[in-house]
Amino acid sequence: MAASPAYGEEKGGSSSLGEPEYGHDPASGGIFASDYKRHDDLKEMLDSNKDSLKLEAMKRIVAMIARGKNASDLFPAVVKNVACKNIEVKKLVYVYLVRYAEEQQDLALLSISTFQRGLKDPNQLIRASALRVLSSIRVPIIVPIMMLAIKEAASDMSPYVRKTAAHAIPKLYSLDSDQKDQLIEVIEKLLADKTTLVAGSVVMAFEEVCPERIDLIHKNYRKLCNLLIDVEEWGQVVIINMLTRYARTQFLSPNQNESLLEESAEKAFYGSEEEDTKDAKAEAASLAKRKPYVMDPDHRLLLRNTKPLLQSRNAAVVMAVAQLYFHLAPKAEVGVIAKALVRLLRSHSEVQYVVLQNVATMSIKRRGMFEPYLKSFYIRSTDPTQIKILKLEVLTNLANETNISTILREFQTYIRSMDKDFVAATIQAIGRCATNIGKVRDTCLNGLVQLLSNRDELVVAESVVVIKKLLQMQPAQHSEIIKHMAKLTDNIQVPMARASILWLIGEYCEHVPKIAPDVLRKMAKSFTNEEDIVKLQVINLAAKLYLTNSKQSKLLTQYVLNLAKYDQNYDIRDRARFIRQLIVPTEKSGALNKYAKKLFLAQKPAPILESSFKDRDHFQLGSLSHLLNAKAVGYQELPDWPDEAPDPSVRNVEVPEWTKCTSREKRKEKVEKPFYSDSEGESGPTESADSEPESDSEESGSSSSSGTSSSSSEEEDEEEEEEGSGEQSEEKEGEEEEEKRKKRKEKGGLRKASPGSAGSLPFPAAPCPLCSSRGLPRPLSPMGWAWWPMLSCGPWQLLSPAFGAVRTYELLHRMAGEGLSVEYCFSRRPFPGDPHMVAVQIQISNNTDAEVKSLRVSEPKLLAGMRIQEFPEIESLAPGDTASVVMGIDFCDSTQAANFQLCTHTRHFYVSIQPPVGELMAPVFMSENEFRKEQGKLTGMSEITEKLTLPEKCRSDHAIVQQVTSAANVGRVPCGADNEYRFAAKTVTSGSLVLITLEWREGAAAQLTVNSEKMVIGTMLVKDIIQALAQ
Amino acid sequence: MIHSLFLINCSGDIFLEKHWKSVVSQSVCDYFFEAQEKAVDVENVPPVISTPHHYLISIYRDKIFFVSVIQTEVPPLFVIEFLHRVADTFQDYFGECSETAIKDNVVIVYELLEEMLDNGFPLATESNILKELIKPPTILRSVVNSITGSSNVGDTLPTGQLSNIPWRRAGVKYTNNEAYFDVIEEIDAIIDKSGSTVFAEIQGVIDSCIKLSGMPDLSLSFMNPRLLDDVSFHPCIRFKRWESERVLSFIPPDGNFRLISYRVSSQNLVAIPVYVKHLISFKENSSSGRFDVTIGPKQNMGKTVEGVVMTVHMPKAVLNMNLTATQGSYTFDPVTKVLTWDVGKITPQKLPNLKGIVNLQSGAPKPEENPSLNIQFKIQQLAISGLKVNRLDMYGEKYKPFKGVKYITKAGKFQVRT
Repeated sequence: MAASPAYGEEKGGSSSLGEPEYGHDPASGGIFASDYKRHDDLKEMLDSNKDSLKLEAMKRIVAMIARGKNASDLFPAVVKNVACKNIEVKKLVYVYLVRYAEEQQDLALLSISTFQRGLKDPNQLIRASALRVLSSIRVPIIVPIMMLAIKEAASDMSPYVRKTAAHAIPKLYSLDSDQKDQLIEVIEKLLADKTTLVAGSVVMAFEEVCPERIDLIHKNYRKLCNLLIDVEEWGQVVIINMLTRYARTQFLSPNQNESLLEESAEKAFYGSEEEDTKDAKAEAASLAKRKPYVMDPDHRLLLRNTKPLLQSRNAAVVMAVAQLYFHLAPKAEVGVIAKALVRLLRSHSEVQYVVLQNVATMSIKRRGMFEPYLKSFYIRSTDPTQIKILKLEVLTNLANETNISTILREFQTYIRSMDKDFVAATIQAIGRCATNIGKVRDTCLNGLVQLLSNRDELVVAESVVVIKKLLQMQPAQHSEIIKHMAKLTDNIQVPMARASILWLIGEYCEHVPKIAPDVLRKMAKSFTNEEDIVKLQVINLAAKLYLTNSKQSKLLTQYVLNLAKYDQNYDIRDRARFIRQLIVPTEKSGALNKYAKKLFLAQKPAPILESSFKDRDHFQLGSLSHLLNAKAVGYQELPDWPDEAPDPSVRNVEVPEWTKCTSREKRKEKVEKPFYSDSEGESGPTESADSEPESDSEESGSSSSSGTSSSSSEEEDEEEEEEGSGEQSEEKEGEEEEEKRKKRKEKGGLRKASPGSAGSLPFPAAPCPLCSSRGLPRPLSPMGWAWWPMLSCGPWQLLSPAFGAVRTYELLHRMAGEGLSVEYCFSRRPFPGDPHMVAVQIQISNNTDAEVKSLRVSEPKLLAGMRIQEFPEIESLAPGDTASVVMGIDFCDSTQAANFQLCTHTRHFYVSIQPPVGELMAPVFMSENEFRKEQGKLTGMSEITEKLTLPEKCRSDHAIVQQVTSAANVGRVPCGADNEYRFAAKTVTSGSLVLITLEWREGAAAQLTVNSEKMVIGTMLVKDIIQALAQ
Repeated sequence: MIHSLFLINCSGDIFLEKHWKSVVSQSVCDYFFEAQEKAVDVENVPPVISTPHHYLISIYRDKIFFVSVIQTEVPPLFVIEFLHRVADTFQDYFGECSETAIKDNVVIVYELLEEMLDNGFPLATESNILKELIKPPTILRSVVNSITGSSNVGDTLPTGQLSNIPWRRAGVKYTNNEAYFDVIEEIDAIIDKSGSTVFAEIQGVIDSCIKLSGMPDLSLSFMNPRLLDDVSFHPCIRFKRWESERVLSFIPPDGNFRLISYRVSSQNLVAIPVYVKHLISFKENSSSGRFDVTIGPKQNMGKTVEGVVMTVHMPKAVLNMNLTATQGSYTFDPVTKVLTWDVGKITPQKLPNLKGIVNLQSGAPKPEENPSLNIQFKIQQLAISGLKVNRLDMYGEKYKPFKGVKYITKAGKFQVRT
């Protein structure tokens, strides 16, 4: 009821949007009054206790802010609502608060306590949002509160809150830069964070607060490289740009060898001083020469991990990687970026604009890279002019002897364009091609001369200017052209072109001795009407003619100089006076007079037509400064490569810190050791300290294809490493998984290896053939579980090959569990406490970024008779950790699933465990006679017989026993007869006997008999065993 | 990074402003207006403008300038890409990114901008997360809201922001589970006067509309993945599997999104599906010219070429055009000098032709250049590169989804020089 009139009013409010005068005109009292009144009723609405009214009022206020109108007088009324329950009102109040708090600092303080409360909320999202708003209020008085809040949030257990803390750092810094030291501490702490969520934000904070503290990066360098692919796209850009700078300070130039080896052409780039001072540094230099360049593995890591990002959909990411490659990669590898950059040319025109600017710079230094894509830079008539001109620039840079004819043909089309600015640029481009490629100079010149008869004056003028430049290169051969141009002075009006023609005639007056004085005569006539630039050239021409041909031009020169003497422009007066003194001999004129001719008619070097993009690459590409070709505020210089590589060991991380990356890094060191002579010492000892021997023995115990010696596993590691060039998320996931499995092994298994040493474990040697299907939720390799049966005390120990087949089942997929993954397997050990229960071993791994708390089972939904013994509640599970627990389930000798809920402190997951029939029993031992006796009791309905054929590989005792024991938890019974196998077990709940007999007849034929009271179990068991044997 | 954002319409009104740090006065836009005036054409406004105290980075989308104010060094593409993402989000939320849509939904726009940037650094740009935070307006909801006073702000907390797969919201449920893929290929070409191809390449995208419950894990494979020369991926795609097996494996976002965009390797010759015969001439010393254009189909694998539209930017000297079209209709805008000929479907039996007289301004010199012809067309059920989807498999969920793949070929920047 109350809302609908308010809605109508809002309509009225928004309709006034269209009238710009509204409220802008305080003089019109009526409007002013109504405006004032409107605010009054907004206040009323805000004071009401109806959320809908408040919301309506806030919406109108926000609309006012959006239009840039002042709503600051409502501050007291709005700020009261900061604790409003309605979430949208709250959000809009935040918007208002952040906008006006700066202006009304005292009142803003009223809201602070609300946020402080929010900072303590158990919900991470509320904590984060409180911190976000608190830090956005730019009120200097709360700096200490903010500092405290940031520090606290930086060690929050939720990565989302930590991310928000990282965002808050630059806010605080801009409010009070005195806090820098404390903030750097927080940054240092957050840099060590290993979650992808935080990485991008903290690097952004680092770049804004302390980009000079490159030393903070060392320890985190490898981690950042490895996390990069999983960081959100905006964070990627920031990290890549920062790492580019980092790499420039820490690694050696990958192109230094080439520069030394290559011919003198390259010398210019790489500083000739180096050559000069060679004597001084002879020893060092020769040493450097002798030692071949080997890329630091960390340098390689960066290049490899960034490469897949060239495939990003985000143009900024692609550009960031491209500039990284341009600045850091060996020459031979830079080429990969061309394709990606060309792809960006399909994007929005603003993106094209920026990309083309960068391509233009790159194409000067690395022309070859873009040559295959020449045609992608062809210009369409619909391109905006600024894009056309940039494309033209690139085309010109790419021109060389082989492609010049195609390019020139393309240029010919462009010259006829309607867009005259573009035509002018094309003419300039032709000029540049002509100067750079001697072969086509004459062709270009002829083409340009033809343009002199173009109807468009701009085109002609531009041609004149370019021709002037070209003629300077070889004037003697082109007097015809000069004559032609002299004639143009009558028609052409563009000052720059007129000036160019006059200069040409003056400069080469001996080639056109007859025409020159005539031109001067004409120009003298029109002198007073010319532009300044033309006047100056007329004076020049006069002076030159006076010196070469004073007979014909003496009077004219005098005349021109007299005119100039009284010109309005002082430059021209000045020039006239100067020239008169210089060329007209008087008694006062000094020694210079003699040299006048030499001064004026000296040989002048031809201009070099250069790209405006030359040398722009001293700015980091992709940066704002590069685009503007001027240092922008806050730009960080891209440092030069160091001469000597700084100590690479600073990037080594102590083992206990990051299990994941240390293991990577150790692995790497092992792999790279042959090249890595310096750091040999450090990686050596850690290797021997790991638990390799144990895992080896375990692995060799299982039948799967494991590396038996550490050397072979290393080799495989290396292979994997190489194949995985350009690490990607899947790969990492895979690794993480492996890592976790490893941990499980330790934790559940021997519990003696300290968690720290987990990091130095070698990777299992590319264990499973499933590796190729990375990224799919893949079943764990059997090997990972190999330790379990070894713990159970039973005859199985003898049958170790069977354990390769112990199956694990998935209880909760990582995706469904929001990062929590749960797997279970049947450990086949008697469940302590209750012999009627089947022991189920449960592996819970926390793949989230947050701690998972109070994991427990609740609300089992069971069929009648079934019972469940829950595992003790797990209080907390740290991110990346894995816990293993055992629970008991009494399945009542049925294969019905046990359904229950798995609860964490935030979520409930419905899960179910369905036992295979073979797990519902426990082995029993009996002699052959006992077996026969029991079997005799269980005939008729209780006996199930099935014929089967054994596949090739199952025709050995060993294989048969293995398959049967893997399908069912049974014990073998000794048997006199050859080719007959007996197994016995009791069901767990009722203790009914299950007897299995397998008779192997000749060839492949066999017969399976199962005797059991429980017919259902018997039938199912037969099916399962046959299936197992058939595999 | 990004300090403030101003939205400016074509007539130069600032109709929305948003500040993420201290307030920057609107007057900073004067520098932008100055540049705009200098550029004459909206397309030629430089995207980056340097002013004494700030830098302005702007994009032009759907007749709106998004002008952002920057104070310190930042990669310009970062800002440009973000601004386009903002425009995309508006498009996604309101169906169009227009001044009226933004004005009508100013509160939602403000809330969106608030969530997308924190202190000028992008925070949440994935549409799935944003939609969890702020529900897009629908007619039904706005009616309900106005009656009940409830809000568009989601009361659930944005858990997606915390997840490992931020692009997919949790708890998706559909009664009909469907996955559609549109393979759209565009031919970019420059055809020269004589009809030979100067430059041609095929650019493609796969746009998907996925409405699947739960957490499906999809893998899409192609019959001939080698055709794809250069590919860019949505972040959901597992790069590794593409590298090793040339299979697209991903957990999709919910709803519409662009799965990949690709370029077909340039070695393959591009089959140009249409040809154009043209005769455009302006007579010297007379105020008229001739115009005669015929469009015909070329090798198009038995499919009809449809939706053919030709646009020509005529020289400035052209006053009027007096043409007859054998098929479709044409319009000529004497102000912008744009000729548009909507042809429709091409049938090989009767080739569409447009011819007649061009009236020129009397006294003006004859235009030197003949205008280029920009052609648009569409071919249904055909990917011109020959790319074919082999199969789509789903893992992780039990239901059977309905799957569909559609192919379409279009003209991209298809230009015929005359």
